[in-house]
Amino acid sequence: MATEKITMPQLGESVTEGTISKWLVEVGDVVQKYDPIAEVTTDKVNAEVPSSFTGKIKELTASEGDTLEVGDLIGYIESEAADGAEEDESSAEKAEEKTVETDGLTAEASDAPMKKRYSPAVLKLAQENDIDLDQVNGSGKGGRITRKDIMIIIESGNVPKAEPRAEKKSAQEAPKTAAAAEEKKAAPQSASIPVVPGDVEIPVSGVRRAIATNMVRSKHEAPHAWTMVEVDVTNLVNYRNSVKNDFKSKEGYSLTFLPFFIKATVEALKEFPRINSMWAGDKIIEKKDINISIAVATDDALYVPVIKNADEKSIKGLGKSVNDLAKKVRENRLSGDDMQGGTFTVNNTGSFGSIQSQPIINYPQAAILSVESIVKRPVVMNNGMIAVRDMVNLCMSLDHRVLDGLIVGRFLASVKDKLEKITPENTSIY
Amino acid sequence: MAVMSYIDAVTLALKEEMARDENVFVLGEDVGVRGGVFRATAGLIEEYGEHRVIDTPLTESAIAGVGIGAALYGMRPVVEMQFADFILPAVNQIISEAAKIRYRSNNDWSVPMTIRAPYGGGVHGALYHSQSIEAIFSNVPGLKVVMPSTPYDVKGLLKASIRDNDPVLFLEHKRAYRLIKGEVPEDDYTLPIGKADTKRDGDDVTVITYGLAVHFALQAAEKLEREGISTHILDLRTVYPLDQKAIIEAASKTGKVLLVTEDNKEGSIIGEVSAIIAENCLFDLDAPIRRLAGPDIPAMPYSPPMEKFFMINPEKIEHAIRELAEF
Repeated sequence: MATEKITMPQLGESVTEGTISKWLVEVGDVVQKYDPIAEVTTDKVNAEVPSSFTGKIKELTASEGDTLEVGDLIGYIESEAADGAEEDESSAEKAEEKTVETDGLTAEASDAPMKKRYSPAVLKLAQENDIDLDQVNGSGKGGRITRKDIMIIIESGNVPKAEPRAEKKSAQEAPKTAAAAEEKKAAPQSASIPVVPGDVEIPVSGVRRAIATNMVRSKHEAPHAWTMVEVDVTNLVNYRNSVKNDFKSKEGYSLTFLPFFIKATVEALKEFPRINSMWAGDKIIEKKDINISIAVATDDALYVPVIKNADEKSIKGLGKSVNDLAKKVRENRLSGDDMQGGTFTVNNTGSFGSIQSQPIINYPQAAILSVESIVKRPVVMNNGMIAVRDMVNLCMSLDHRVLDGLIVGRFLASVKDKLEKITPENTSIY
Repeated sequence: MAVMSYIDAVTLALKEEMARDENVFVLGEDVGVRGGVFRATAGLIEEYGEHRVIDTPLTESAIAGVGIGAALYGMRPVVEMQFADFILPAVNQIISEAAKIRYRSNNDWSVPMTIRAPYGGGVHGALYHSQSIEAIFSNVPGLKVVMPSTPYDVKGLLKASIRDNDPVLFLEHKRAYRLIKGEVPEDDYTLPIGKADTKRDGDDVTVITYGLAVHFALQAAEKLEREGISTHILDLRTVYPLDQKAIIEAASKTGKVLLVTEDNKEGSIIGEVSAIIAENCLFDLDAPIRRLAGPDIPAMPYSPPMEKFFMINPEKIEHAIRELAEF
């Protein structure tokens, strides 16, 4: 007797994973070698998985509905001698030999997933020629797609494409491989849009496609709720106006309102760490670091670079970070690192005159705050007088899986309170 | 065109250059009366006399040093190290003086000297008669290291080395001396130093190597062709400085590269070749770069089975090419 692993078998050449649609055995069942033990669905076939051993099912580690990679463990079986003959327990030595043999078999099976192991040459050729590698069968070791396999496909002219009508992308435009997997979901099913003379067809660039993917993903996965507060920032406006010329001549760049809003947001995030969190399926992860993504637009794209550890920066420091990142975006110098690690987003929609917006959450963050235009409005004051005040709307979209209205309301009240109380005495630029 | 052995091509090149330029002279241990222990200089003393074919004492540092001195005075010495294994006492002369004098003297002086040395194993020569020493000299700007594989290349490259105005280390594989034969034109031709040569065209696997291993690779390629595996073979010919353009082209052609040397693996020439490929060809590579080389042990063993284990042979190359082709 020996405990053997039952693994997801390779059902077809290019199949890499399968879903257990139904278990045909239960723990404790005795099965013969080749008896079916489970039904598996793959994107190519539906098939029964035969047992590789004769013995008693010891444990089923995968559940019905689980999708597993080829070679992944699905259960354990207490095997008897593999030839199926009923032998007594005393023939332990023979069982030992069989174990060695089956070890060899599993080693071969684990060789199989080379199908998805692409070499740089294969990836490059696939990108340049818009080849959908999922549809290519490899002739290399373990089903690996070789450069020659791709060359033969290119020469034959019969190139399998992800979507037949997709625009041909240049290598430069092609999105990062991580995004490539998601790309298909966002790819528009463009077939039904009629084009008449005079219409302009604009190829979807890699950045545009990445934006589309992220937006679809966020809207699709995170149930968005929305709320708005209005804030009286008259004090802030006066304060900033009184120091801005001095600041500009000293520091060399303008002091905008955004750093003040980020500062107030960051302080409120410290009070309500749940806002600074992410949905992780079976848990919510409250992030320790406060890294603020800021939305920076160019003419045809939107980037969200990140101010790392924004809670460690002064208003001047935040202003410098915003200025640096915006400059990098304009000069097309953003690095991957500049874009990573954001935990909450502040979106400066007021910069183009908006007074109200419903931002889409920057996936996988839990919420996003839009700072709208500061406008002068008549406001009824506490003493019953009407005064002209500088007013701004703060709009917030939240992932309702993570956050509820109450906590967001308290968070916004805190941000509002901090902004309204800003004075030269209690708020230092440096 | 005459078919001749590798060593006869050496002798022919020496004879032609001595006839062409009276400044060319030969010195080394037993190069005169004996005609060289391998007979590479046979007949030279009879033809050109003892003033141009000089037997020296057993002092490699002096052989190189005398050569340098003569070269500085406008001669074109061809010095012979009886075995490459014995070159070590002359290393200071070669690296510190010959290779650097042009730079050091701001171009006023140069050393147009050729140092010939038989290297390599597979001849039951054991420790002191089997070493590959090219790596020692392949980090020395000012020096060129030439290692031809065929009689045709020997003649063309030895003549080019003698005519070169800077020091050239010309390494001859001693097992190739009488094993390798090939056609050698009678006319006066030279081949460019620093240029690699495609010895076979193919599109499945690229083999980059030099010296005797070129022939082993050709034999392996011939056999593999019957299985439908097509091998591209690049002969480096000059191992320092390397022909980067040819290396990049050959590696990019198939994306699967096997590098072969008879030298110990770690720190050998092919490690540098691998770095050139890694720097330039990432997006053309379809498999990890593979190296086939001697084991990292101190010496070529004398025992025939162990020497066989150490040496590169067609079977080892064939196996490595097949593995890459199947990857």
